[in-house]
Amino acid sequence: MIEADSTAQPATKTVAPRAPVLNDFSITTATVNGSGCQTANNTLLRAIHKMGVPVCGKNIFPSNIQGLPTWFTMRVSKEGYLARRDQSEILVALNRATILEDIRQLAAGGICLYPVDVQLPLSRDDVTFYPMPVDELVKLSGAENRLKPYVANMVYVGTLAYLLNIDLAEIEAALSHGFSGKQKAIELNYATAKAAYDWAELHLTKADPFRVERMSKTQGTFLIDGNSAAALGSIFGGVQFVSWYPITPSTSIVDALSEYLPKLRREADGKATYSIVQAEDELAVIGMVVGAGWAGARAMTATSGPGLSLMAEFAGYSYFAEIPAVVWDVQRMGPCTGLPTRVAQDDILTAYTLGHGDGRHVCLIPASISECFEFGGAALDLAERLQTLVIVLSDLDLGMNLWPTKPFEFPTTPLDRGKVLSAEDLARLQGQWKRYADVDGDGVCYRTLPGTDHPAAAYFTRGTGHNEEAQYSERPEEWSANLDRLARKHDYARTIVPGPVVDSVEGAQVGLISYGTNDPAVQEARDLLKAMGVSTSYLRLRALPLERKLPEFIKTHQRVYVVENNLDGQMHALIQLHDPAEAGRILSIAKCDGLPLTACWVSESVLTREAKERA
Amino acid sequence: MTTTAKPASAVVNRIGLSRADYNGASSTLCNGCGHNSIANVIVGAAYDLSLDPTRIAKFSGIGCSSKSLAYFLGRSHSINGLHGRMPSLATGASIVNKELVAIGVSGDGDTGSIGFGQFKHLLRRNVDMVYIIENNGVYGLTKGQLSSTADLGQRSKHGGSNEMPPTDLCLEAIISGCGFVARSFAGDPRQLQTLLKAAFSHRGTALVNIISPCVTFNNGEASSKSYAWGREHQLPLHEISFLPLEHDEIQVDYEPGTVREVALHDGSILRLKKTDLEYDPTDRMAAITLLEEERAGQLFTTGLLYLDGGRQTLVEHEKLVDLPLVRLPNEKLRPSQEALDKINAEYL
Repeated sequence: MIEADSTAQPATKTVAPRAPVLNDFSITTATVNGSGCQTANNTLLRAIHKMGVPVCGKNIFPSNIQGLPTWFTMRVSKEGYLARRDQSEILVALNRATILEDIRQLAAGGICLYPVDVQLPLSRDDVTFYPMPVDELVKLSGAENRLKPYVANMVYVGTLAYLLNIDLAEIEAALSHGFSGKQKAIELNYATAKAAYDWAELHLTKADPFRVERMSKTQGTFLIDGNSAAALGSIFGGVQFVSWYPITPSTSIVDALSEYLPKLRREADGKATYSIVQAEDELAVIGMVVGAGWAGARAMTATSGPGLSLMAEFAGYSYFAEIPAVVWDVQRMGPCTGLPTRVAQDDILTAYTLGHGDGRHVCLIPASISECFEFGGAALDLAERLQTLVIVLSDLDLGMNLWPTKPFEFPTTPLDRGKVLSAEDLARLQGQWKRYADVDGDGVCYRTLPGTDHPAAAYFTRGTGHNEEAQYSERPEEWSANLDRLARKHDYARTIVPGPVVDSVEGAQVGLISYGTNDPAVQEARDLLKAMGVSTSYLRLRALPLERKLPEFIKTHQRVYVVENNLDGQMHALIQLHDPAEAGRILSIAKCDGLPLTACWVSESVLTREAKERA
Repeated sequence: MTTTAKPASAVVNRIGLSRADYNGASSTLCNGCGHNSIANVIVGAAYDLSLDPTRIAKFSGIGCSSKSLAYFLGRSHSINGLHGRMPSLATGASIVNKELVAIGVSGDGDTGSIGFGQFKHLLRRNVDMVYIIENNGVYGLTKGQLSSTADLGQRSKHGGSNEMPPTDLCLEAIISGCGFVARSFAGDPRQLQTLLKAAFSHRGTALVNIISPCVTFNNGEASSKSYAWGREHQLPLHEISFLPLEHDEIQVDYEPGTVREVALHDGSILRLKKTDLEYDPTDRMAAITLLEEERAGQLFTTGLLYLDGGRQTLVEHEKLVDLPLVRLPNEKLRPSQEALDKINAEYL
């Protein structure tokens, strides 16, 4: 045990004792990236989760490997709110470069943990400061030099555990989980966390109201990122071929596929029932995916905005030649290279209309871990059912952050392989079939796969104008008929994509429409609005094309606000086009600053607009 | 897509198909286009080898060459893709169905310019396919612009003359690790057909770069892509003959040391009879040296430039199950409920 440095500033107790704040606050750790802080943050997150308290973490990180500021925020909420908040009550200030701004940002009445050797650049009398003897504890840990920065993070884990009353046994269990049972790493890290805990117990006077107290609200749930869920969903959805090119924030989908496919989809002799090919660029990625889809495989890729731009050419090909393909677009900030490590929902219009000329694509928009898993399979089913490109619009917040979820549910429906004629089918049809004939009236035609053992199986796939028999055609009536049928197919898609989740409130004048990772902020905003006397209904979109029932929701409300995380109000524009008669009542609440929306911003935006609209 | 009544034909190949069963639609290319004769040669090679047309998949990009996919093997699935993107389509399709006999047809613009990256990476991966380049030095479909294989000094109708070094697609192929690199001439269908048969018998990418004159835009006598120039300058590296898998032992007396037999992956044999050139196609450096010398000397050697049958193909690299991926039943594609339970338990 080391002695407290006599020159260290003592915990300043500047506010009168307050009623305990249990399980309702946010923690921000401010560090530099590449310092191993992710382990520490995930340890705290998991420990709190395991104490039964709802918690969600968000990593606000730089596009950089080492040395730039990174923040991790944990929302601890007994109510189960998962959205980010604008301010935190608890700050772990380990980054000297940002400490001034970090302290300024801290909520009134909050606390700040800082290394004892740091001269605080700002004192606030509405904040409680706790020093931590980081260097001394690291020295005592006996860690070799290269591990010291990592072990240093355990000092704030231990100190916070003491201050917030986080069970040390849960810290140890979380470390064990994080290091997959690697005993040496677990022991080294835990010993440091424990030393910090003991030091804090001896030297710090708890002068703040924040506590974690055991609950039972997270039982039967676990924490996982959306990209891993997407990969698992795709695997249980029968993916056979993956091509990819590295791009933040989508790469961890492929990382998870590469981790799980060898475990789940190899035969006893070690041979694979799948293939993953890293391509030279996204042009080749989507070409391989379309080639594999044409040959009859369930094929996918994962990318983000810049990659999606490169895929535009083949997106049109997939639409027009009618070839199944799945693209997960984990959205980040655009335009251009934008902010690769910050979130946005800014590919809505691009994805829906990707490629030149006429054409629209089926898009799925997951809002939760469960939906990432579910849409992994659904996207592959829909792509084969509709013989077209399906784009799943996830985003960085959902894809890369840890969210609580119930266990994944085994799919209840068999794989949908769509309309494929086998050699036996062709024999029965006496070879009479047309590749682009709308036999069933749903706009979806029958196809054959290369290698089908029948002399009439072959057809000519092309991106040029074609007639029902897949022959080149420049005839105006054949062109029109083909595009009309594709529009009919898109209308059919409306009826089979995942429908919106609607919560209609009797008598509510305000309707909120949103999608994706805005969901937690919108849910919480509805509670805030309700407390202020504004009752709202809520419709969460889960797919494009927009479905036919949407106008009913719009019709039954005085004003409808479309809440989204982009500058242009992209979904708002699509909804206005979908329901032009009501366009004047469909209003946009949109913002894009690289961060997930907060409930306060949503509710305040609604109130401001309501005041204006009513005036 | 529809079966037409087959005319009774006495002459059929080993699998009972007539040569006409390998035909495609009528060509809409210019009369005399080199690509038309190549289409005929492909028909002949596939017929002679008794390839099952329903097992063949044809791939192309954009351009006159890519259009020609429609003019042969009408019973085979075709995908006429995007400009320069044929390699990625072929890669994806052939990896998920390794039983397909893949043939790609591309041009010098499609391969040597817009698709240069995909071309090189396909060779690096050694995708199992026959890759034909119909090389005429110009963009025909957009009316005669210069391509990257244009001769020094070649004039275009509107853009002046070419002062950039021409791209040598065979050299690029060898450098990229291609294990079968051949060059031929549309005006020499006999040699071309022999090389194509060997290409079909090779495992991995077999590149056949064919000088295929564009009679409309680049067939002047001075052009190295013209019929006249080709006929005058063609210099076969060997006299070649192809002995198919089921060949009878042909006993011909050759002078010792004048004939070399190369066994191909499917058991067939390519017989190379020496010419004055004394060329060893398994010597990579010799192939590179030859192509470098040609660049300076305006030579036009044809035949098998380079052969290395030892490289692992992409499908081999992926260690796939025996059945093609696309023929796996759905039960093989979805892991079990128990497997999911185990994953859930690991995260809990």
